[in-house]
Amino acid sequence: MVTYFDHAASAPMRSEAIEVMQPFLRDQYANPSGSHRLARQARQAVDESRDRVASVLGCRPNDVVFTGCGTESDNMAITGAVQRLGGAAVCPAGEHHAVLEVVEHHGGIIIGVDAAGLVDLDDLAAQLEGRNVAIVSVMTVNNEVGSINDLEAVSRVVRRHAPGALVHTDAVQAVCWVDLRNVTPHVDLMSLSAHKFGGPKGVGILVENGGPKIDPLIIGGGQERERRSGTHNTAGIVAAAVAIELADVERAAEIARLSILRDQLVDGLQASLDGVHETLSRSGKVAGFAHVCFEGVESESLLYLLDEAEMCASAASACASGAMEPSHVLAAMGVPPERALGALRMTLGHTTTEADVERGIEVVVAAVTRLRQRSAQAAS
Amino acid sequence: MKVMCAMSGGVDSSVAALLLRNAGHEVVGVTMKLWGGDSDTGCCSVSDVDDARRVAQQLGIDHLVFNFGDDFDAHVVEPYVEAHANGVTPNPCIECNRSVKFARLAERADLLGFDAVATGHHANIGRDDDGRLTLLRGDDPKKDQSYVVHMLNQDQLARTMFPVGGMQKSQVREFAAQIDLRTADKPDSQDVCFITSTGGRESFLGDRIPFHRAEVVDLDGTSLGEVESVEMVTIGQRKGIGLPGGGPKRYVVDVDPVARVVSVGADSDLLRSELMVHAMSWVDDAVSGDVLVQASAHGATQRATIECNQDSVRVMWAQEQRRIAPGQSVVFYDLSDQRVLGGGIAN
Repeated sequence: MVTYFDHAASAPMRSEAIEVMQPFLRDQYANPSGSHRLARQARQAVDESRDRVASVLGCRPNDVVFTGCGTESDNMAITGAVQRLGGAAVCPAGEHHAVLEVVEHHGGIIIGVDAAGLVDLDDLAAQLEGRNVAIVSVMTVNNEVGSINDLEAVSRVVRRHAPGALVHTDAVQAVCWVDLRNVTPHVDLMSLSAHKFGGPKGVGILVENGGPKIDPLIIGGGQERERRSGTHNTAGIVAAAVAIELADVERAAEIARLSILRDQLVDGLQASLDGVHETLSRSGKVAGFAHVCFEGVESESLLYLLDEAEMCASAASACASGAMEPSHVLAAMGVPPERALGALRMTLGHTTTEADVERGIEVVVAAVTRLRQRSAQAAS
Repeated sequence: MKVMCAMSGGVDSSVAALLLRNAGHEVVGVTMKLWGGDSDTGCCSVSDVDDARRVAQQLGIDHLVFNFGDDFDAHVVEPYVEAHANGVTPNPCIECNRSVKFARLAERADLLGFDAVATGHHANIGRDDDGRLTLLRGDDPKKDQSYVVHMLNQDQLARTMFPVGGMQKSQVREFAAQIDLRTADKPDSQDVCFITSTGGRESFLGDRIPFHRAEVVDLDGTSLGEVESVEMVTIGQRKGIGLPGGGPKRYVVDVDPVARVVSVGADSDLLRSELMVHAMSWVDDAVSGDVLVQASAHGATQRATIECNQDSVRVMWAQEQRRIAPGQSVVFYDLSDQRVLGGGIAN
């Protein structure tokens, strides 16, 4: 039995979401853009899903654009804004690569972050002043350490110092932890990814709050009101809507339940091991994130031993080759490189149980102890 | 045994993993991510990682990627650049074996409870009558790689395996083709993995160090011309030193990057009766006496007498030899030309 602490990489699908996909894989296979009865059935499913997603996000249904993944949504927001408006793209240094590399691709401006990985609002204000800026992109929840940006404050700074710029938030990690109805009013654009909240892979969402604001990335076919062409992934969209509703309904209870489990997990590690540094205070991050750095241990070695014991976790983000890259987020936060080498991200979610936490503590303590002992033996 | 097989994405290490698995070992394939920059060959590109992973899947073994990019930069790339700036011609593949494959990776394997690290090198490990481990040439003389793994000592050999060392390259490819491994007909890597064929060494170095013009002089000190970048000139080089054609063949016999002077002479001016070698490592005890000497990856061996003095060795050639470029690895074999004794770096 695998112990899964990698919900932030991809969450197990909700069984309800799996169920609701089935008819669209078997019988209701038609292209929703067609004109016959089967097409109309599929189209109705997509439209109903759009309503449900909009209701959870606090936007109008027509502001919801279904895309192929979170990365596509991020790309569409930034590239689409730069193409439509001209001017610079701006983001903080702790963003996910799906934002950071797109901003860099457009020769954009990178803003500093504080020790919690949150955007430095003073630096943001200073960098925006007097510049022609197309878009400012600030993530809602950081995907490595789980810190939460104040989008209302970000928006205020942008409106004052670059009034023509759009505000985008990569909210890919936020759905399970943050009621996005409180974020949507402050942003123009918001990106989501269904597989992070119990939906399937291959479904992204871009909210264009208040109507079309940017150029489309994918053209030819005119789906999604000319904003994102390509045949709808009916089954995936339907499942995404079910998953986001469940995440929304259960959010408060899950935050309460999982913050206790997360605290037990980290407390358990710190009680059994020396040199365990919790990267952020628990009040400064979302409930499902446990991010720690172990002294005297390298992440790649630790992850191997965890994997051998059938426990899944991660360190920094994986690059195209599958190798662990040194975390750009921890570097931007000013975590010393030698400490960042021993980083471990354990993320909890809807399937996490107390038994997982007990086993997680046992496995991680055994692995860290073994690595430290063998390193000491090799050194002597 | 529990064996970590270093898989570059090439056919040799693919078949190494296959043979280990078939022999009943518990095998985990590992591809090292070493170089983050441009690459079109060797062991570093994402498509090579893809090949290694797919082969591991076909073999039913686990596959991991370890990021040793920082180690590779510090121990291979930076010294390579620095050496060229100082007029020295290093062998980065050997430094990678010394500092990354058989050091960093081997230490990690040990830490994670593996009994040995295997690679796809064409070399063999044996045992002599005294029970000491020996490092021997691979069975395929054209593919022998004992030269590039010459730095392994007894402790390292005890924890190293070369599963394809006893095979001909053609057999390796046949094995791979039999079970339809996607690497079966992949071309051998030839060049330094971090140097691209389009940019070459010149553009790689030019991005990292300033090039300096140098005067080309003959052995009397008479000025003959100029070269654009003294950092690109190697002992023994004949072409690309800015001399008009038609005259007698002239070779680089000395490079002084500080004074920015390149000295050229006739082929015979390159001949030396002795060579000093430093940074020695020995497979077993240090050796003095008659040996065979190899100074490039697939070069012929030459007979010499060596005198070992602590970390350095004096090589007295049986017949005068062309000067070996400083920085090149010099490897000593026994008189049967099979067994590696040790090696170091030419002064």
